[in-house]
This record gives sequence, C-alpha cells and structure tokens, in this order.
Amino acid sequence: MSDHALDISLTVNGERVQERVDARTTLVDFLREGLALTGSHVGCEHGVCGACTVRVNGEIVRGCLMLAVQCDGAKVETIEGLSDSGEVADLQAAFEQRNALQCGYCTPGMLAAAQDLLRRGGVPSRHEIREHLSGNYCRCTGYHAIVDAVEAVAQARAGAKK
Amino acid sequence: MKPAPFAYKKARSLDEAVALLGEKDARLLAGGQSLIATLNMRLSAPNLLIDINGLTNLDGISVKGGAVEIGALARHAQAERSDVIAKHAPLIARAMPHIGHPAIRNRGTLGGSIAFADPAAELPACLLALDGEIEATGPKGKRTIKAQDLFKGLFETALAPQEVLTAIRVPAANKDMRVGFAELARRHGDYAIVGLAASARADGKSLADVRLAYFGVGNAPVRVKKAETALASADIDAAVAALDLDPNDDVQATAKVKKHLAGVLLRRVAKQLLEAQP
Repeated sequence: MSDHALDISLTVNGERVQERVDARTTLVDFLREGLALTGSHVGCEHGVCGACTVRVNGEIVRGCLMLAVQCDGAKVETIEGLSDSGEVADLQAAFEQRNALQCGYCTPGMLAAAQDLLRRGGVPSRHEIREHLSGNYCRCTGYHAIVDAVEAVAQARAGAKK
Repeated sequence: MKPAPFAYKKARSLDEAVALLGEKDARLLAGGQSLIATLNMRLSAPNLLIDINGLTNLDGISVKGGAVEIGALARHAQAERSDVIAKHAPLIARAMPHIGHPAIRNRGTLGGSIAFADPAAELPACLLALDGEIEATGPKGKRTIKAQDLFKGLFETALAPQEVLTAIRVPAANKDMRVGFAELARRHGDYAIVGLAASARADGKSLADVRLAYFGVGNAPVRVKKAETALASADIDAAVAALDLDPNDDVQATAKVKKHLAGVLLRRVAKQLLEAQP
C-alpha cells in the first residue's frame, strides 16, 4: 500500500464498508462514485454551497472538505441513511407540502443541516433557522418556504413531545 | 475540480509531524476547511499531506497563569461551546458565530485558521487585538511568537517551514477588560467585507490600551493606531475621523466602500467597548 492509496474501514449508514481509496478522493466523491450513494450532491467543491453536507460521527460536515481517508474508523451518515431510518421523514413531508424545493439539488444538504438544528430540541426562532442554514445555498426557492417547513416541523415535534 | 495526486500520512506524534514537514512540498492537514478547498481548486498541490487530526493533547482549552491557552487542534464548534472561552476569552466567543457555518465550524481548527492567516479571517485579528501569542514547535523545540510579529503578509506568517503551531494564548479577561467585535459579510458566515476586533481596558469613563484590529482591509490584520489614540478619550467621532486605514479594492467591495464600512464598524465596536461589560 503506497501513501497515495490507502485502505479504510468505516460504517456508512450502519453498514460496514472496507475500501481502498486514493488519498486525494474527497468524502463526497467516495460516497457517490465508490458506494453509489448519489444523494449527496457536489456543487461548488470548495465549502460554500452545502450541497454535499453529510454527518460524520454525529456532526454535519462538508463532504467536499474532508478526504475519504480521514474517515477511517468513522461513522458516516448520508441522506440515504437519514431517509431510510425515517429520521427526517417529517422534514421531507414538510418540504414537499410547502414547496420548499424546486430543482431539489440543495435538498439533501438542506435536510441534513435542518435536522442538525432540530435534533438539539426546542423550537428555534426563524432567525436561528436562517443562521443555521446560512451555509446551504438554494438557488430556486428564495428560502422562505424552507424556513417555513423547518419551523413547522420544529413546532410539530415540540407539540408531539407534550 | 479534483485535487492533484498527493501522498497522505497520518502523524502519530508531534515529533513525527515536524520530521515529515522536512519532506519536499509537505503540508499539514488540520481542519482542512481552507486547505482542501484550495486542493480541489488546484491552487495548492502538495506532494504530501500530513494529517495531524489524530494527535492527542493538542485540543485542550484551559486557563494557565493569567492566560487562556487553546490547543491548536481545538475546533471552532468546541470553542463556541466552551465555558472557558465564554468566561475568559469573550472576544473569541463573540467572533466564533461569524466563522463559517456550522458544518465548517465542526471541522475547522483555531490553530489552522491562525496559521493560514487569511486576511479576511476573524481569528488572526482577534489574536492581534488581544495582544496574544502562539506557541510553535519545530525541530529545535518550542518558541513563542507574539501576534504582532506573526502576521507578515498575505497568507504569510513568521512560522518556519518545519514549525507547527501548537497552541494559542490570549490574556484571560478581567473585570476591567472590554472587548468589541463586528463584521459585515454578504452572507452570514462568509469571509468579511470588513471586520473589526477590539480590546481595551476600562479607565474611569475613558479607555486605555485600546487595540483595534481590522480584517478584510489589507494583506494581514491591520491596527489603526491614530484611531486607537482618539478612542482612548472616548470620542467616537474623533476616532472615526482619525481612522488611519488605506484598504485596497477587492472582489467584495471598492476601497471607498470598505473605508466607509470601517467607520460604521468602528462606531458599533466603540459602543461595545464603552458599555459596562461583566
């Protein structure tokens, strides 16, 4: 094994994965091209747009600003995992109901970032929602519908707890 | 775009990282939130990346002998949540929410941000405003570099090629310390069009030891000593009039707009400095 290609072992959406990756492969390219998990999108490739947002060891990160080799031993969750487990089912429904997406390119990253805020509990203000999603570009909706959807889910989850 | 090929090694110790830095075109990989972007754009094409993320004992945040010491690998999100930072380094606490976005702050490190020395970044200006220092570890051991001697120019610091920034130290706040922070960016979390980090000591109704460090207005954080002197007598208008700043045009704004915005920020920050703070 050279230092240009390394063996890594990690879990992706709960499944154990062992692969040899090029050192220069970013996490999002590894997920998309190595594992065919194409829900994480590649937008700007320099950390600005947020379309590649995934969860590593429970925290959201930019999939384009981490190397796959850095995820050796990590627990990675993508939109496929968040979706299959039902963790974001209510967010997905609210996005659909409120037209919080048009082309959908930003949606996987937007859902991951929104869920990162909502899983902290409580009902964030619209300002807090906007701030938390400030690292995720949407070029279609103008954001209002997205903030509406996230706010509605926060209120519904808080209501459901009472 | 995709990065050019490079070799990758995970350093198992600080000594190993320092030794590996002696190899040709080697770069340290800390949080990677600027470095990997430049790799993707092929603005940077090192032969070897030395990943220091696994090193232990480099991410502590503690108060030691009147100073707050922050390990270089402490992540922004960690500092944002830290009670020690909130209580003893309030300027850094105020700056933290402006640094990138949550996903960026989860990875980016304080040491990386300072070593990278982006002229529009918040932390180099905070370090300068606080008269802080860094600890660098190299082949000959450790040395301390004061903030005023650290930032040499555009993305350029006094760190030697084989030195690793290992800790950041700023004076711990006391009851007379006043801090202020304000920043204008096109989108929350983006690099500043203009930003200002400041510290001072309350001295009756006026201020002493005023330190105003602007960012986004030059090749490195810039102090404005005439405005500092004017602000010491608590005269905000005089401080704005004395603003000795000569920004260049950049992709975000013209020099004229930046100069105007610098005055706007000075008024905001001056108010913060003159308010009673805990």
